[in-house]
Amino acid sequence: MIPASFDYVRPSSVEEACQVLASGDDVKVLAGGQSLLPLLRLRLAYPSALVDLGRLPELRGVSDRGDHVFVGALTTHDEVLRSSVIKERVPLLALATATVADPAVRHRGTFGGSMAHADPAGDLPAVALALDCVFVVRSADGEREIPAADFFVDYLEPALEPDEVLIGARVPVLGPRWGFHYEKFHRTAQAWAIVGVAAAVRRSNGTVEEARIALTNMGPTPVRASAVEAALRGVDLAPAASGGTDLVGEACAEADDGTSPPADLHARPDYRRHLARVLTRRAVRAASG
Amino acid sequence: MPRITVNVDGIAYEEEVEPRLLLVHLLRDRLGRTGTPIGCDTGNCGACTVMLDGRSAKSCSVLAVQADGSDVVTIEGLAQGGEWHPMQRAFHEEHALQCGYCTPGMIMAAIDLLRDDPDPSEEAVREGLEGNLCRCTGYCNIVRAVRRGAAEMSRRSASESSAREVPAP
Amino acid sequence: MTEQLDAGLIGERIAESDQLNPPSAAHEVGKARRRKEDARLVTGRTTWTDNIQLPGMMYVAFLRSPMAHARITRVDTSAASGRPGVVAVYSGRDFVDEQGSLPCAWPVSEDVVIPDHPPMAVDEVRYVGEAVACVVATDRYRAADALEAIEIDYEPLDAVLDMTEALAEGSPKVHEAGNQAFTWKFAGGDIEEAFRDAPVVIERTYVQQRLIPSAMEPRAVVATTDGDAFTLYSATQIPHVLRVMLALTTGIPEHKLRVVAPDVGGGFGSKLQVTAEEVLALLLTRRLGRPVKWTESRSEGNLTVHHGRDQLQRISVAADRDGRVRGVKVDLLADMGAYLMLVTPGVPLLGAFMYNGIYKMDAYHFNCTGVFTTKMPTDAYRGAGRPEATFAIERAMDELAHELGMDPIELRRRNWITHEEFPYTTICGLTYDSGNYEAATERALALLGYDKLRAEQADRRDRRDPVQLGIGVSTFTEMCGLAPSRVLGSLSYGAGGWEHASVRMLPTGKVEVVTGSSPHGQGHETAWSQIVADALGVPFEDVSVLHGDTSVSHKGMDTYGSRSLVVGGVAVLAACEKVKDRAKELAAHLLEASADDIEFADGTFKVRGTEAGRTIQELALATFAAHDLPDGFEPALDADATFDPDNFSFPHGTHLCAIEVDTETGASKIRTYVAVDDVGSVVNPLIVEGQVHGGIAQGIAQALFEEAVYDTEGNLLTTTMADYLIPSAADLPDFVTDRTETPATTNPLGVKGVGEAGTIASTPAVVNAIVDALRPYGVNDVRMPCTPERIWRAVTEGGDR
Repeated sequence: MIPASFDYVRPSSVEEACQVLASGDDVKVLAGGQSLLPLLRLRLAYPSALVDLGRLPELRGVSDRGDHVFVGALTTHDEVLRSSVIKERVPLLALATATVADPAVRHRGTFGGSMAHADPAGDLPAVALALDCVFVVRSADGEREIPAADFFVDYLEPALEPDEVLIGARVPVLGPRWGFHYEKFHRTAQAWAIVGVAAAVRRSNGTVEEARIALTNMGPTPVRASAVEAALRGVDLAPAASGGTDLVGEACAEADDGTSPPADLHARPDYRRHLARVLTRRAVRAASG
Repeated sequence: MPRITVNVDGIAYEEEVEPRLLLVHLLRDRLGRTGTPIGCDTGNCGACTVMLDGRSAKSCSVLAVQADGSDVVTIEGLAQGGEWHPMQRAFHEEHALQCGYCTPGMIMAAIDLLRDDPDPSEEAVREGLEGNLCRCTGYCNIVRAVRRGAAEMSRRSASESSAREVPAP
Repeated sequence: MTEQLDAGLIGERIAESDQLNPPSAAHEVGKARRRKEDARLVTGRTTWTDNIQLPGMMYVAFLRSPMAHARITRVDTSAASGRPGVVAVYSGRDFVDEQGSLPCAWPVSEDVVIPDHPPMAVDEVRYVGEAVACVVATDRYRAADALEAIEIDYEPLDAVLDMTEALAEGSPKVHEAGNQAFTWKFAGGDIEEAFRDAPVVIERTYVQQRLIPSAMEPRAVVATTDGDAFTLYSATQIPHVLRVMLALTTGIPEHKLRVVAPDVGGGFGSKLQVTAEEVLALLLTRRLGRPVKWTESRSEGNLTVHHGRDQLQRISVAADRDGRVRGVKVDLLADMGAYLMLVTPGVPLLGAFMYNGIYKMDAYHFNCTGVFTTKMPTDAYRGAGRPEATFAIERAMDELAHELGMDPIELRRRNWITHEEFPYTTICGLTYDSGNYEAATERALALLGYDKLRAEQADRRDRRDPVQLGIGVSTFTEMCGLAPSRVLGSLSYGAGGWEHASVRMLPTGKVEVVTGSSPHGQGHETAWSQIVADALGVPFEDVSVLHGDTSVSHKGMDTYGSRSLVVGGVAVLAACEKVKDRAKELAAHLLEASADDIEFADGTFKVRGTEAGRTIQELALATFAAHDLPDGFEPALDADATFDPDNFSFPHGTHLCAIEVDTETGASKIRTYVAVDDVGSVVNPLIVEGQVHGGIAQGIAQALFEEAVYDTEGNLLTTTMADYLIPSAADLPDFVTDRTETPATTNPLGVKGVGEAGTIASTPAVVNAIVDALRPYGVNDVRMPCTPERIWRAVTEGGDR
């Protein structure tokens, strides 16, 4: 299918982009376009203009800033995967990014685009939530920061004002005893996650010291599994002896607390709740393995 | 209307395009590169995959204006001096195509995946081609072809580099 | 050879050139020849219909009904007509007098109801996606824009979605005549006797979900006229059938209509159709006097390319305690969708003769009702009827084995036709000509390592491993090679089942073969070349195969039902035989011998017992010069042949699937898939293997991934490839394939059809494997597609899911 007409602006600076965004209704940001273009082609969106951020080098790249890694919004998934900084310092992001779509889409699709699209079935928002990323956004009025917990407002709705551009995110670097895993459950390799679990676990003497867990596609936004995080604290990681209780599994039984999973073609809510519990246990096990 | 320049299979074009014009339509309808087909409207099938600045991209999910200043290689630009690319030959040898509609995109994706992994395992090939759908072959022969093409490409680059090591007379 | 031909000046030049090759003794049939088709396909020099650009061509876009069932109360095209680039806007009413009705060529029964099916709806729409209006514009972008300015008011009517409800008293009606499209019965033996006092009776209901064929090339049509005659290019499997049906529908005289199927990117039955868009493209080009093109988008195609399967099967099997099957009873509801298209009502009939599978039994009873619903019409999809039948009987055999506590292979052994019993006339009255089920099964069991896997399965069951192992069996046959014309006649099919071929000998000894088969990925150019190379003794490279253009190939029945080789390929061979007969007569004349003394081998006609001879190429050249021919001999070796088979083709095989099922999440993963097929003699093993691979993938896709889903209002929810899940390479395993070879006795090549076998065999193998894995949980069925959710619910709740 074919998109409806729109104007096109390729700004030479973020400031110019902000001005264009402020200048009209229904002006949309074009990043990698891998979610936006299909929406335009299916005529599910009718923007009056697109602001193409693709030629702004300042929005692109990964830098190690000590306690966090800054990932520019226009950094492609492929660049994230090729970054040794990401692999070594914030591996959870690499693990989840590797599951996004397919190689050709990862060449074009961007880190910031995935976040700002705020699709709860996307893999990266849950990572941002689990790690407590801080998003940096800019408008004509200047810059502000939005913690991940406040960024994903509703289904496809980020906490961005119409004239704001996502610059990038500070992805916190966790310490040496942390382990990571992203568990994605989907029907075919290309399909969206039915449920995904982003897990970071800090171990100490065979027990869980701290866990950070967020869920993909268990509600209109990614959801932090706070009940599991609390329940896991101090839990013995040793596998259950035959017939004994699996303490990790018990803690993860609360994974669906506070979620409102959708019903769609691939799963009904009760199944998603069940998957969230099983996959959280597996993610925690894998992250602490 | 924006004016763009784009190099396609070694030929430089200057075109005025509507912002909404998809790269694949620029290639097919304006530049006559009909070797690159369209199979879906959601970026799932991969039939329209081309190399955009050296990396595989689904040309149905790229605006022509986004490709301004870029270098595009399509299936029609792969053969050099009348000789097929090793991956084209491998697809032929392994019977990795039937109707052939997915083939241009499949070959492009295959070449792309070898950039990082010149000797991919069967599993790596299957993963690497997850964004390209074929309805005819069941993929078995495609996987074989990609591994065969990879071996041939490695052999060639080895013989090229050893040729370079030969001191000049 | 021996002496110079009298071939005239041009003949001498030909003889001296490197064009006139010597004959070939290469014996091409059976070789894994690489395909001739590939050159254009791997280099992008293809001619897909959408690639065709004609001067002054306009682009067509269709507005489609957003309602499953509604009366059209108002159409206003004025705003759309004023849009930039718009040449014309029409609704169904604008073509009411000339658009006719889309044809159904298979009135299966006396009671069949064939409703009027206007290409563009006029008063009422009956499925979401039905064309209601169209725009003709200067380019595809402007055509798409103008669609949004067409105003149509609808008065909603009740949607009819469920077959059982549709047949209930008081159901809203899809058509005035009601929701029953037809009934059809078939019986063999005394079914009541077979079921009376039967020690074991298995009764099951299986759902064949609705599928979207999803050929990779979306449909496209280009139509043009020179003011007198018309040419239609279409992504079709059936240029010949299409030509005659379009002539009848549009009133364009058949000889003024040329239909071309250029490169066609897959069909699987979905392009075995006469579509609204093909009819309207012709009408538009006739009305506007300009070439027009329409190209479908994938989401448009998911709505409006005919769907497949969608049947509700009730199957009962009566058996003795030792496993001997006494009888099979089938009650079938088949969802027609909103209209009867080309062969819509015939699809279940193609399965009707296959529910007995490879087994001997005393009685069989089949009862089918076709039902109208407000959904996209169904029609042929790879296997058409036989996958459904094979699924039901192979699933039921596994259920029976479980009921009897018997190994499923052993149960089959006790019932199948043994190789000594061929030819065997089944309870359905079909005569299976040849086969060896024992050999294929033994080979498959060995390749899988059946006993070892059974041991592993037992171990996992003992350990209550959350990942269980299942082994699924499918021992199948199918009837294909459509078909003996008189049998089709007895089934009320609207046409014959013959195929046509012409062989043209060119002056330089090259051969052009014209085939009525219409390939769209199968590789006929290669396989037919192999047949001709052997038959005439010419080099493989010297043969070219022409097809898919009614001005080149005037006569044909096209490609579907695994018929091309077993009917079309045999026609090619028959034409070659005629060429040889003529060449022999000419050779006798030139060699001054009696025709009875001429022997033919490897391209050379020799006088018996001498070295004196003429090559086929020399003889072709001799007819070009025609200076020295027998009296009354027409200066040509060319020949036509039309072959009408005496029987269907019955490929068979044994497919085994080992699958791991994660009982915690419901995820399943095929660990090993083994297929041993017997497709008789093989012309090209590479092509055969490719057909089997692709068929298996599509059958697995039905078992695990694909389903067209409508909501309660009749909206299709799976309109894109993001929702309708087609497996990628990452979702499928490698397949272990092998063959046994039991030649067909019903054609001179000994070949059997292979195009659909993999699809027919694989679906029950996979579902049997899943159910086998879940037996310890009390599960005896999982509905297709066996999604993780359905598997999880089956594990959790037990029983049928």
